[in-house]
Amino acid sequence: MTAPAPPPVRRRRLAGAGVMIRRRLLVAVPVLAATSMGMFALGAASPIDPAQQYAGAAAFTTSEENLDQLRANWGVDDPLPVQYARWVGNLLRGDLGWSTSRHEPVTSVLAARAGWTLLLVGLALALVLVASVLLGTLAAYRRGGWFDRALRSFAYAVQSMPVFWLGLAAIAVFALTLGWLPAGGLTDLTATGTDPADVARHLVLPVTVLAISQAPWFVLFVRDAVAESLRDDHVLAARARGLPGRTVLFGHALRTALLPFLTLVGTHLPELVGGAVLVETVFSLPGLGAVTVAAALGADFPLLAATTLATTVVVLAANLATDLGYAAADPRVRLDD
Amino acid sequence: MGPRRTDAISPEHVTSRSVRVPALLGIVLAVVAGCASPTPSSTGRTGNGPVVVATAGEPDTLNPVLNYGPDGASLIFDGLVARDARNQLVPALARELPTVSADGRTVTATLREGVLFHDGSPLTARDVVFTYQAVLDPKVDSTLRSDLDMLASVAAPDPGTVVFTLKHPYAPFVQRLALGIVPAKAFEGQDVNRAEFNRRPIGTGPYRMTSWTPGDRLVLAANERYWGGRPANPGVVVAFVADDNVRAQRMRAGEFDAAELPPKLATGFDGQTAQRVHKVPTADYRGVMLPMGNPVLGDLAVRRALHAAVDRQAMVTGVLGGAGEPAFGPVPPTSEFAEPSVTGRPTADRAAATALLDAAGWTPGPDGIRAKAGRQAAFTLMYPATDSLRKELALAVTADARKIGIAVTPQGLTWDAITPQMKTDALVMGYGTPYDPDFVSFKLFGSAFAGQGFFNPGSYRSATVDAALQAGRDNTDPAARRAAYATFQQQLAADVPWVFLTYLQHTYVVRDTVTGVTPRVEPHEHDVANSLWWNVHTWEKKS
Repeated sequence: MTAPAPPPVRRRRLAGAGVMIRRRLLVAVPVLAATSMGMFALGAASPIDPAQQYAGAAAFTTSEENLDQLRANWGVDDPLPVQYARWVGNLLRGDLGWSTSRHEPVTSVLAARAGWTLLLVGLALALVLVASVLLGTLAAYRRGGWFDRALRSFAYAVQSMPVFWLGLAAIAVFALTLGWLPAGGLTDLTATGTDPADVARHLVLPVTVLAISQAPWFVLFVRDAVAESLRDDHVLAARARGLPGRTVLFGHALRTALLPFLTLVGTHLPELVGGAVLVETVFSLPGLGAVTVAAALGADFPLLAATTLATTVVVLAANLATDLGYAAADPRVRLDD
Repeated sequence: MGPRRTDAISPEHVTSRSVRVPALLGIVLAVVAGCASPTPSSTGRTGNGPVVVATAGEPDTLNPVLNYGPDGASLIFDGLVARDARNQLVPALARELPTVSADGRTVTATLREGVLFHDGSPLTARDVVFTYQAVLDPKVDSTLRSDLDMLASVAAPDPGTVVFTLKHPYAPFVQRLALGIVPAKAFEGQDVNRAEFNRRPIGTGPYRMTSWTPGDRLVLAANERYWGGRPANPGVVVAFVADDNVRAQRMRAGEFDAAELPPKLATGFDGQTAQRVHKVPTADYRGVMLPMGNPVLGDLAVRRALHAAVDRQAMVTGVLGGAGEPAFGPVPPTSEFAEPSVTGRPTADRAAATALLDAAGWTPGPDGIRAKAGRQAAFTLMYPATDSLRKELALAVTADARKIGIAVTPQGLTWDAITPQMKTDALVMGYGTPYDPDFVSFKLFGSAFAGQGFFNPGSYRSATVDAALQAGRDNTDPAARRAAYATFQQQLAADVPWVFLTYLQHTYVVRDTVTGVTPRVEPHEHDVANSLWWNVHTWEKKS
């Protein structure tokens, strides 16, 4: 493959991306099928009776005949393969089914809530990436200095704090004591609509708490990797050539160090989603977290299957994106081999 | 401190880096806090704005047919009847309380005239018929069908009259008519289970729904044309905050006018100047169901000894944080049907308990555990593992029983593990309704329901109780009913199929600026509907 003149480098690096995406898509189909089958198998093994869960406290005053009618209406007593075939058939027609725990189509549950969860996770991820790259690099630049030591102690301390606790502490300090930020919710309780500025103000604490709770991993990783690469030959050579410190630190040392970092982001994403579930609970945000827990407790398999599938898709996509990013960033990695 | 400072990091500046780093940290924090507006949201709400209340429980749907507010006070809907501050029935959509025929099988309601739904359409008997027929339809996912199992049919002979025909005489039937009425037109050609209405309800109540963001809040606006008079406030916002600690924090931050909180968190607000703590009595009791099929608990002496040995007052103080009262039977002391002779000592009476056991031949063994004819006085006490209150009650009973030589093994389980064992193992259970003693007790203590799921799981059988419960539902005469339920309560106290422990109180924190709060005895279920804010349309906020 011979490419002429200036921008060829970049193009060649991503050559073969199409093949790789196609290959990944082929792998994704059996993975998704296996995930959904696993969901249904677990559902069949679960001792939870969806009708009793649906009835809630009324389950204790509801007659068995009444509960039987509910189960018959939902077809949850049908054999497992029948239920699965029905679900897949509907899925292929774009119908994700009916959520028994939310009393609405699964698609509208996702439509109403997935956006908030994605926003929360996306903002937190962006914040944690920027902050950890900056702070980790600075700490590495003067390894063993007071900033490095303080940052590491802070990281270890945060790592040992549950997200839930961090959230409550943030509410106690910033909402109660200082009164700077609202303690929860998506908008002011008396607001008449969802004003973006209002929502942004309400998202500051949850996003920051989620980012801080996930930060130790990233910060420590960046710090170690940059510290390591500061001793690499090419960095020493760059320094010897008299390049400015900023160029050496961010252009040479950080750049090499970032490569494995991309992989870390990809593998860490599920944990970020898990943290988001807890943060949503603490800050009373109407995201997917609370409904997923309710769906699991209420044996609401259509909703559970949909959220599981959505998470699987996000993780697979993130892995693909990090691999592509890796190829773009590291000239040694080729996709078309 | 500008972002330009980051550029300054270079080898020449190494010596001053220790100054730059905090500067950078400051920038990060400033960016994080940057979108925060300087004015806190909680202040600045003045005058007679909407009332903001917070609760943990969020309804799955706002359709009364699908179990939203079946006992009324649902803010958005009205029933044919409603309940006043003493839980006495008063007419609502019915012009006066529905009349019951002499044979007790026909109940007739005449509708109030000129009542409009929130969409402007008039209320007619057709809507009432539709509401009750929807509940009875097996295709509709409603659990209220079990409560209306005596209802044979409902008809509208004219637009202003509704006639209910019952399968058998049922004295408290009118108590079941607090269910909110939905407009039939809104469901035309629709599946009730999946109708858009369940999220966007239309009722006749004091408030109409503006928006509902599940997991966040329900916004209601005053119904200016409410037949009962315009509400005293412009609207209500119900915030759904599932976590107790978070709800307490946000109440403290001043976001809510009223919030439901567990007793131990509510006490934190005691003695504060700007808020009041309301402890509201309920009909919600907790007790230990003692199955007759257990060889130890089948002995009346053991059951009576347990009844005497439990220290109810200690449970109220220690487990409930003071928010409760001792329970001695299934009819709450606030009910007009409560039998005054059915009572006992709030504290443990160990002397009486040991005397009962001694007399019955249960003698202490070397390990302190009593035994009779080679059988140890021991049994398993189950509780739902996720319910921390029932767990603590189970542990308290275990400790109290140990003191009189009965060995109890507490066991935290899931409901599906509990259900098959209910015939032989004791269980911490909870029930109760403030409205009519028939509602729960008929199935819970009637021998016809012995061993049927959660209805009478311990297979208690008493001909006296059966007759009294039947008389209670057959007779429309209040005095005869009172006598029947007095017999029922006395027989239950004699047989001890349950050791009743405590009635719970629901605790709320309310801001002092709110007036018009009138607590009334609450049932177990209380969230948007039927909470402290049952009469929120009369609440006012002073600025």
